[in-house]
Amino acid sequence: MVARRKVAVVGVALSDCGRVDDATPYALHAQAARRALADAGLDRSLVDGFASAGLGTLAPVEVAEYLGLRPTWVDSTSVGGSTWEVMAAHAADAITAGHARVVLLAYGSTARADVRAGRRTGTLSFGTRGPLQFEVPYGHTLIAKYAMAARRHMIEYGTTIEQLAEVAVQARANAALNPEAMFRTPVTVDEVLAGPMIADPFTKLHCCVRSDGGAAVLLAAEEYVRDCRTSPVWVLGSGEHVSHAAMSEWADFTVSPAAVSGRLAFERAGVRPDEMDFAEIYDAFTYMTLVTLEDLGFCGKGEGGAFVEKGRLRVGGGGLPVNTDGGGLSAQHPGMRGLFLLVEAVRQLRGEGGERQVRRGADGALPRLGVASGTGGWFCSSGTVVLGV
Amino acid sequence: MAGRFDLPEPDAFTRTYWDAAAEGRLLIRRCRACGRAHHYPREFCPHCWSEDVAWEPASGRATLYTWSVVHRNDLPPFAERTPYVAAVVDLAEGPRMMTEVVGAAESPAGEPPAGELSAGAELEVAFREGIPVFRIVRSAIGG
Ligand SMILES: [Zn+2]
Repeated sequence: MVARRKVAVVGVALSDCGRVDDATPYALHAQAARRALADAGLDRSLVDGFASAGLGTLAPVEVAEYLGLRPTWVDSTSVGGSTWEVMAAHAADAITAGHARVVLLAYGSTARADVRAGRRTGTLSFGTRGPLQFEVPYGHTLIAKYAMAARRHMIEYGTTIEQLAEVAVQARANAALNPEAMFRTPVTVDEVLAGPMIADPFTKLHCCVRSDGGAAVLLAAEEYVRDCRTSPVWVLGSGEHVSHAAMSEWADFTVSPAAVSGRLAFERAGVRPDEMDFAEIYDAFTYMTLVTLEDLGFCGKGEGGAFVEKGRLRVGGGGLPVNTDGGGLSAQHPGMRGLFLLVEAVRQLRGEGGERQVRRGADGALPRLGVASGTGGWFCSSGTVVLGV
Repeated sequence: MAGRFDLPEPDAFTRTYWDAAAEGRLLIRRCRACGRAHHYPREFCPHCWSEDVAWEPASGRATLYTWSVVHRNDLPPFAERTPYVAAVVDLAEGPRMMTEVVGAAESPAGEPPAGELSAGAELEVAFREGIPVFRIVRSAIGG
């Protein structure tokens, strides 16, 4: 059998994140991209592939031009926050096929600054035409959609609001160890429950932060790895899945599309969920972490509530460290967070986690395997990538 | 239209649905090839892709699948409407539908009208300014 051309993540970076009032989204894309190239130590002339959800009407052309790139492979797949796991998978396939040698994924958003400056509303309007005409009269906000899904899980499996709050508490505990996180002050379950109600059962701290920020990831064919200053993190397997757009088309609100993308990713990587040393999971809302842990196979369906208890998601908590940077709930969430999951997973596998570094067992060894699972829209799409060193 | 985010924008095909709703009738689509009903309405059957699909009056009966009492929505006119009950219901004919449950209970401002909302609660269609919504069927047993 001919060996497949292997693909590694060789560069990762975040742009300035959190509160960034004086930069455009273009500038944040560019800052993250330059930092990722510098991280890898690769010459920009080697980048022949570019992928981004982009800006403007010709995504990703505007951002490619802004960066001075003239790629021969592009991807602008836009499936929500999971876009970046799906793009990384597509990029890895393109590299394996020989259609690209080095692919840059770049993202930047000023979601927080835009709301502050009145450039957009806090609640997004997605339009009133086509299938949306059957939704707009009812005020199903993004948060309400997630809240309805969480409620169904509570109904079917007895998951409690305290268990969901545990997810927020532990994300904040991990964020406390991350100097780049936006919110680092520890919170308690009682504080989560006592917050202002947004869409019941979700109070404010069940919902992600709204930050500014960007990220970039550089993937390269194996023959370029030796030219990099970083140690490679290999793309071992990936999976993607699209479910629904209208909530009424979703068959079971207690099963996320990660159930499909995760199974595909683990099968293709030839590893099992219980071999993972940590997981980076898209967490715009607490319920996403809980249900995605079930759907990736870290516990059985309906067991997510018990799984997240007792601090098991914390770095050093004795269980499965999840969202080691603090996640969207506490670290950063500029709108399409999936690329941040890949950045954090790579940093952990390189041993660059600092205070929040995941260790294997008592001897303090670095992690060898991790998974990043992005969810887009309102459980509309999912991309899962298994990474290893 | 500017300034309101709750108004559906009908098209040539869906006009039938909204015209019926304005008269107090809820329509679904049923496929003559595979027999299955669907909602939201499409020109063809999303299950088997047959084009032999017709409008059909729904019974208006449904059960509550899940819901959320929404307290924050800064898009007009929802801000004036909060708290309201966003809901997903299962129509008796099979399809699932996004909607709102109205009149669930008299509730003080800011308090969810939680008492009567439960999974599987029986609902019946109602109409608010030509928009199909649902209300809880108060138990008629023995009455
Ligand atoms: Zn059919």
